[in-house]
Amino acid sequence: MSLQALEQDVLGQVEAAADEAALESVRVAALGKKGSVSERMKGLGAMDPEQRKEAGAALNLLKDKVADAIAHRKAALQEAALEARLASEKIDVTLPARPEPRGTIHPVSQVWEEVVQIFGDLGFAVAEGPHIEDDFHNFTALNIPPEHPARQEHDTFYFNEKPDGSRMLLRTHTSPVQIRTMLTAKPPIRIIAPGRTYRCDSDMTHTPMFNQIEGLAIDETTHLGHLKWVLAEFCKAFFEVDDVKMRFRASHFPFTEPSMEVDINCSWEGGQVKIGQGSSWLEILGSGMVHPNVMKAGGIDPEKYQGFAFGMGLDRLAMLKYGIPDLRAFFEADLRWLRHYGFKALQVPTLPGGLS
Amino acid sequence: MKFTLSWLKDHLETSASLDEIVQGLIGVGLEVEDVDDKTKLLAPFKVAYVQEASKHPNADKLRLCKVETEQGVIQAVCGAPNARTGMKGIVALPGAYIPGTKITLEKGMIRGQESQGMLCSERELMISQEHDGIIEVAGDWPIGTPAVTALGLDDPMIYVKVTPNRPDALGVRGIARDLAAKGLGKLKPLDAKPVPGTFNSPVRVSLDFPGGDTKPCPLFVGRYFKGLKNGPSPEWLKRRLKAIGLRPISALVDITNYITFSYGRPLHVFDAAKVTGNIRARMAKEGEQIVALDGKTYQLTSEMTVIADDENAEAIAGIIGGEASSCSEATTEVFLEAAYFDSLRTAATGRKLGIASDARYRFERGVDPEFTQTGAEIATRLILELCGGEASHPVVAGAVPDTARSYMLRASRVKALGGADIPLAEQVGILTDLGFGVKETKDGLSCAVPSWRPDVHSETDLVEEVCRIYGLDNIPFAEMTRDHPIARPVLNPLQKRMIAARRILASRGMNEAVTWSFIPEAQARLFGGGQPELKLANPISSELTDMRPSLLPNLIAAAGRNMARGFADLALSEVGHAYAGDRPQDETLRAVGIRRGQAVARNWQGGARAVDALDAKADALAVLEAAGAPVATMQIVAGAPAWYHPGRSGTIQMGPQNRLAHFGEIHPRVLAAMDVKGPVVGFEVVLNAVPASKSKSATRAALNASDLMPVSRDFAFVVNDDVEAEKLVKAAKSADRALIADVAVFDLFKLEGTTKSLAIEVTLQPRDKTLTDEEIEAVSAKIVGAVQKATGGSLRS
Repeated sequence: MSLQALEQDVLGQVEAAADEAALESVRVAALGKKGSVSERMKGLGAMDPEQRKEAGAALNLLKDKVADAIAHRKAALQEAALEARLASEKIDVTLPARPEPRGTIHPVSQVWEEVVQIFGDLGFAVAEGPHIEDDFHNFTALNIPPEHPARQEHDTFYFNEKPDGSRMLLRTHTSPVQIRTMLTAKPPIRIIAPGRTYRCDSDMTHTPMFNQIEGLAIDETTHLGHLKWVLAEFCKAFFEVDDVKMRFRASHFPFTEPSMEVDINCSWEGGQVKIGQGSSWLEILGSGMVHPNVMKAGGIDPEKYQGFAFGMGLDRLAMLKYGIPDLRAFFEADLRWLRHYGFKALQVPTLPGGLS
Repeated sequence: MKFTLSWLKDHLETSASLDEIVQGLIGVGLEVEDVDDKTKLLAPFKVAYVQEASKHPNADKLRLCKVETEQGVIQAVCGAPNARTGMKGIVALPGAYIPGTKITLEKGMIRGQESQGMLCSERELMISQEHDGIIEVAGDWPIGTPAVTALGLDDPMIYVKVTPNRPDALGVRGIARDLAAKGLGKLKPLDAKPVPGTFNSPVRVSLDFPGGDTKPCPLFVGRYFKGLKNGPSPEWLKRRLKAIGLRPISALVDITNYITFSYGRPLHVFDAAKVTGNIRARMAKEGEQIVALDGKTYQLTSEMTVIADDENAEAIAGIIGGEASSCSEATTEVFLEAAYFDSLRTAATGRKLGIASDARYRFERGVDPEFTQTGAEIATRLILELCGGEASHPVVAGAVPDTARSYMLRASRVKALGGADIPLAEQVGILTDLGFGVKETKDGLSCAVPSWRPDVHSETDLVEEVCRIYGLDNIPFAEMTRDHPIARPVLNPLQKRMIAARRILASRGMNEAVTWSFIPEAQARLFGGGQPELKLANPISSELTDMRPSLLPNLIAAAGRNMARGFADLALSEVGHAYAGDRPQDETLRAVGIRRGQAVARNWQGGARAVDALDAKADALAVLEAAGAPVATMQIVAGAPAWYHPGRSGTIQMGPQNRLAHFGEIHPRVLAAMDVKGPVVGFEVVLNAVPASKSKSATRAALNASDLMPVSRDFAFVVNDDVEAEKLVKAAKSADRALIADVAVFDLFKLEGTTKSLAIEVTLQPRDKTLTDEEIEAVSAKIVGAVQKATGGSLRS
């Protein structure tokens, strides 16, 4: 068989190979040790140098051609095989992924972080105090002596009397943290104190436990104008509005003087409250300049130092901002509620990223 | 405190509108709760004349009325039995909104007769519940007169919430004084000319207190009246009382109520014919009884003050009068009491007896002691005016208690505390208008406090007075300084742990709850609580009696409630406080979670997997790691408190004295007691117990990573059932701490008898050269040796 005929024969077989196995047989039959091309290579040794040079070059050319053709055919076969496999591997992408439970953060926790972001930026640290308080921290030190009518208004939860006649109580507000802070820190003081508070009261809008946030700033110069500014800036930042109208009303609290209550403007549409628009007023907090008697109880000289305090409802802030209608549901651990009003684990409020 | 606009204008000369007055009240701290201005609501209703009322041709109980209105004569069908020819009534024409029925009136056909308007009842106008007949207008009002005018309803009622420090604002005059100071008018002079008596009172008064200590009642002013006639009050007085929700009773009673609300000065009148002998203020006898004006019998104690005659207690001082000596239509002689009672004692008595009265409300906040006699004079004049008769000379026991005091208001203080630059003259003006006696001195303003302001006790109180009248809205905003241009961190380690715990649990699929700090006693006991010092003395319900010793019971109970709603698979968490005692250090912050049902829900790729104790362990470890606990050095030991399954629970600790967390299956008996179907697994991490990080620097240690391929080898050991996996793993690790990078348990199964097979995969990480087979063999032998030594087990062949 002429070299040309061999070439045609082998290349024809390569092209005809139906799969990689057949192709491998062709390769062995041509280029294997006893293959048709290899056998001819062996014949080169018997030729004279001139002949050998010429025939050798031709054989090498053939060998390369065959190898190339096999590689080419192999790639084509692999590609076809992959295509065939892929075509058989179709899945229904509409099938659900493996179930993973979605966790949530409670709105009170979320708002806790939001409030800390805002006041933290103004240099207010977060202070805490015990929930089971004594009479001194909850009342007396806050300028509420035993006979004061405010004690009755507070609907206090008490524990049983001790042998010495004293009895502990559940703090009715976060204000005792003011006293605990003053007794341990030196001015300048800037703190907020978010936490649980308790009153024996329960109806549509009251629960026996609720969350408050206290604020306290004491130094030598802070006055009512600063208080107004801080509250206004807080409201804008918290409710994420450019402007909010505020109404500052004189009021009375035993532990502040002068005292003021603060209303913000809002609208009520379809039962949903919108802050910063509309002509209704909504009371959101009580505040004032720390009463000199409170400063004295906290071991701070009211002639040298002065400052403000404020308190507002953390749950109420959450209700207003996120349109949550019922306070009682906050504490019922109803999964439907937790999942609906809760926040995602990675939805961390930050000032640069936004608070909601 | 309620009053009407015209009542206010008795004391305040003003041209201010109702709205300006309301805004003024809000500004000075007299919060307006409600304004009832009927002139707007009732604008469409006018006086009309019934020219003729005849029987409806088609209905026995209806009448056909020809009604003359300001818009001409109309026909109205009316069902009221009192509709009759010649009467004047109140008519509404089509288009009028009827507040009582919340319907806008339209022309209608009633039993074949056109009705072009409606004659209204009081209920339809929301004046009262009266609906038996239509309103009959008394008096000579022309047709078309607004109903509010003809019915005396054109006087808007204002309801202000008075803070407890302002007893002076519990009288209309005090409110007028604040408004005058605010610049909304002028306080009219007080009209309290003494009324001369014509005879000596046959009743004498005395203050009978042990040791002559008259603190409970330092002053008693009395006056005797004879020859009077106690009938109904005149219309103007009735209207005012009705407008503020008081029921007119008789002229004498109405006068005392009127003065209570006009001047914040409670008074009492005794029917002198029913009084035996003289009148005295004294302490009640222990167990003494009195039937009060509310018809109830009260048992008194020796702590309470009474007004008594020679025989009985006739009134509970400052709170309520007695029925026995009360006035009636037949009364012709009365004894008027104007006394000053101690506020604390009045408050305590009222609280103990559970009596809320307008008198108590004022006395316990502090009435104006100086006004005692003045109040009596004003009452005397009104009694003579309305009831006739003669008044005795006043009889007085005791004296006005001295409440005179002055405070210095330094010139700088209003600016320093209030932040507003209020000119001195304006400060003087405000304080003077409020009744302070102001004298300018070189040290500042010397301010004498008026007798009606028991709340003012310091310079700061004066600052408050100036600021509240000046208007807090007028104080300029002042920016607070920043201590640092860029804010510094403000959270302490525990607060950061709290946030981290919440978020890691949410990221693990748990729904965070916030639950009550108090739980039922039975549940508290199940979880190691129930101590007497953690029991509320006045719980709001039997379900909320004890401070929680753990957060688990609330979450387990919540799981039960949610299961009842169809959520069988759930994961709930809470980060909050638990209470081991009543001292501050007994409150600890916990991160707690429970899981119930399937960890992985049934799905098309495979079956469900039920939660088990090790899911709770994973949660606890995740919290601890997020909280910065030294995870590598923590120990995990079997066993947990009694509310966990004894064999399926564990404790994570830093040594036996510092337990960080418990986890495991909740004890079936506990679940049964709480009526929650298990199994439920849970954990509780005490975040306070997590040790603070020792590293102060943010810098990390240098990375020591090897480029050489790690090698892994599997070993299966036969060990006794009670050998803990942790022990075997630790032994294997100890075989060559430099070379062994990791030991992982990958298989566990029970063998016959009391043994089990535990298989581990050991990863060897060569550091400087590839390991030879001999080296690997050597390490393997060391691992087997170490495990055998530690566990008594052997390599499974």
